[in-house]
Amino acid sequence: MAHDHHDHSHDHHHGHDHPSELSEIELRVRALQSLLVEKGYVDPAALDELVETYETRIGPRNGARVVAKAWSDPAFLEWLRRDASAAIHSLGFTGRQGEHMVAVENSQDEHNLVVCTLCSCYPWPVLGLPPSWYKTPAYRSRAVIDPRGVLRDFGVELPETTRIRVWDSTAEIRYLVIPRRPDGTEGWDEERLAGLVSRDSMIGTALARRPAEMPA
Amino acid sequence: MNGAQDLGGMMGFGPVVPEPEHEIFHAEWEKTALALTLAAGALGRWNIDTSRHARETLPPAEYLSSSYYEIWIKGLEKLLQQTGLASAEELRGGHSQAAPAPVSPLRAKDVAPMLARGTQYDRPATTPARFAVGDIVQTRNDHPTGHTRLPRYARGRQGTVERVHGVFVFPDSAAHGEGEAPQWLYTIRFEGRELWGPRADPTLMVSVEAWEPYLDAA
Repeated sequence: MAHDHHDHSHDHHHGHDHPSELSEIELRVRALQSLLVEKGYVDPAALDELVETYETRIGPRNGARVVAKAWSDPAFLEWLRRDASAAIHSLGFTGRQGEHMVAVENSQDEHNLVVCTLCSCYPWPVLGLPPSWYKTPAYRSRAVIDPRGVLRDFGVELPETTRIRVWDSTAEIRYLVIPRRPDGTEGWDEERLAGLVSRDSMIGTALARRPAEMPA
Repeated sequence: MNGAQDLGGMMGFGPVVPEPEHEIFHAEWEKTALALTLAAGALGRWNIDTSRHARETLPPAEYLSSSYYEIWIKGLEKLLQQTGLASAEELRGGHSQAAPAPVSPLRAKDVAPMLARGTQYDRPATTPARFAVGDIVQTRNDHPTGHTRLPRYARGRQGTVERVHGVFVFPDSAAHGEGEAPQWLYTIRFEGRELWGPRADPTLMVSVEAWEPYLDAA
């Protein structure tokens, strides 16, 4: 929980020589939290609720449901193309950092990749909080100039003829990549299809899993 | 501003390291950093553009050597001082030394409605759009010292209007308390070679969102 991190300081010191000491940033965050609570600017219960929301309720399984529906329901796919914000909202995923959505579809000829070179813009209602790598200089610098190199870091090698389309999220428009539906999934229901849709495939740094890659 | 946040096209940061989907936080303090940033933002004393500008004005060496949640914390400390909600001394000591500003803190029961509501950034159009889908445009070669959302790599380049999104709050103004000054917003698509020269991947196309003041007819 957000307000009691000091109670657990023994179990989150990655790479620290002295587990009993708090790092500089931990001390800084703790001081900030104490001050804001003391001033009455933040309510510890609200802090807990925020963390719990993004740990348990808003995450990439939401986006996977959108993709699975897009694969299964041509009318929904058409709606997604026409008005992604409304189509996604209809599944209950809306709000902060997903107010203005655009869905971009991978095809045999074109692969889409999403980045925010200027900060960390990311479609929270469908994908949750961005992974660390999405916010790093390594990803933000290279995605726009060497996307195939970035894809190789994820173990993805696309045919030389596939066009690469990179979307730099410089405004409040948020992008969701609709990966290609893998072969051999005919007749699968949406829930089973959603299991093929990884977070990274909806950012564009991965492809949807093939049926053979699913755990038995 | 041409700060360290404007990373597109830089080299030398090494490989991207993937991580599993279930790894949301890597330390307890990161959870606190997220929650404090959202809860303090809900006080309504600044907007998204103000907070982006607070982060990007960190000295470049500090920006590049901080993790993203560290950048958020440093940005939040700056915003609290700029808005008079806290002083540098208070932040250093972690204790209040002055009466708090009158604010209504975010309550737990209001978290879900607040997140679901989000913030709409589109505004009614009062002028016709200057450009249409398919138009060729030239982005301005301009280097403002304040906040802007046109990355350096996409300045002074020729591109094609791919989408017309409507009228949106203009960050260059909103970040500095100068009003929303809403402007038409477009997706502009560039050929890789227009951005990166002859070495560019010939299959590459990159787009940015650009507000109308960033654009001229080509």
